[in-house]
Amino acid sequence: MAARIQIPREARRGEVIEVRILIQHPMETGYRHDDVGHLIRRNVINVLSCRYNGVEVFRADLSSGISANPYVQFYTVAEASGDLEFTWIDDEGERGSERQSIVVKG
Amino acid sequence: MRRLALAAVALAAGVVLAQERAIPPGELKSGSAFLGSDLRALQNDDFANPGMLWVERGEKLWSEPVGKKTLACASCHKDQSMRGVAASYPKIDKASGNLVNLEGRINLCRTGRMGAEPLRYESEELLALTAYLARQSLGAPTAARIDGAARAHFEAGRASYHLRRGQMNLSCAHCHDAQWGKRLLSETISQGHPNAYPAYRMEWQTMGSLERRLRACLSGIRAEMLPYGSQEYLDIELYLAWRAQGLPIETPGVRR
Repeated sequence: MAARIQIPREARRGEVIEVRILIQHPMETGYRHDDVGHLIRRNVINVLSCRYNGVEVFRADLSSGISANPYVQFYTVAEASGDLEFTWIDDEGERGSERQSIVVKG
Repeated sequence: MRRLALAAVALAAGVVLAQERAIPPGELKSGSAFLGSDLRALQNDDFANPGMLWVERGEKLWSEPVGKKTLACASCHKDQSMRGVAASYPKIDKASGNLVNLEGRINLCRTGRMGAEPLRYESEELLALTAYLARQSLGAPTAARIDGAARAHFEAGRASYHLRRGQMNLSCAHCHDAQWGKRLLSETISQGHPNAYPAYRMEWQTMGSLERRLRACLSGIRAEMLPYGSQEYLDIELYLAWRAQGLPIETPGVRR
């Protein structure tokens, strides 16, 4: 599962930073039928979590109402240099992860 | 008398030219002009535009060796800029004399030079490579050529564009030349330009080629959909490119 993360490369200590993530995923709703009438099983990313130097700073429980290729944006406070690590898991148990580092000055 | 005759000929030529372009160049509007401000903002956001997932994938595929000769696209197109290339398609392939679109060109390279299998239409790989190529022409004006061997395809494309089809007995021109800017239920009818494809369409929840979009229109007017890569689609694509002449490439577009 491909994903894109966007955070500032550098920030001042205490600065509020914008975090954006875009994950490639079909987010199959579970309400659709295929060409021969069989229900297509639900397969959505159900948990998306972001850890900043090991501490969870954001968590979202996604469901059928979220469009394909979900885009999530939130804010956090730059406290120390290190990594923001995203992990997610879908209904079929497939896991994805992506990380990006940030340098915090001052 | 002679002068009068010349004037008449010039007038007739003027009328023909005016008829050729249903929408004058000054009034051309890209599909993004008919979107709501939210979708337009999404398209213009290099990060959040979901089509960029395919562009990124295409960038990786570009330098991935494939086929019997283990060649990548980048093995031949080394330091060569691909800027503006996509804006000139569809065009005549010099070797075969056939009209090819960008998808066809990629597959010709794969089968002819790389010893690889052609990629299926609407496959993730072909969409990714096409999107990556077209993205490099971002902002370049659409500039397909209709002279020489392309002329016959252009004429065929124009005829197809104006052909009434399906249960609703509509041609492309009935909506996209005569009614653009007006409402069709909750949507504004666009001018039907190809300059943002492959594009990410909300209705599809994924990326799709221009031919997929053409098929969606055909299904909408309850007409028969042709198979992907058929000659009639290629001809229409050339006519559409000529019709959109000068509009900047927007790939990956975001559309309803």
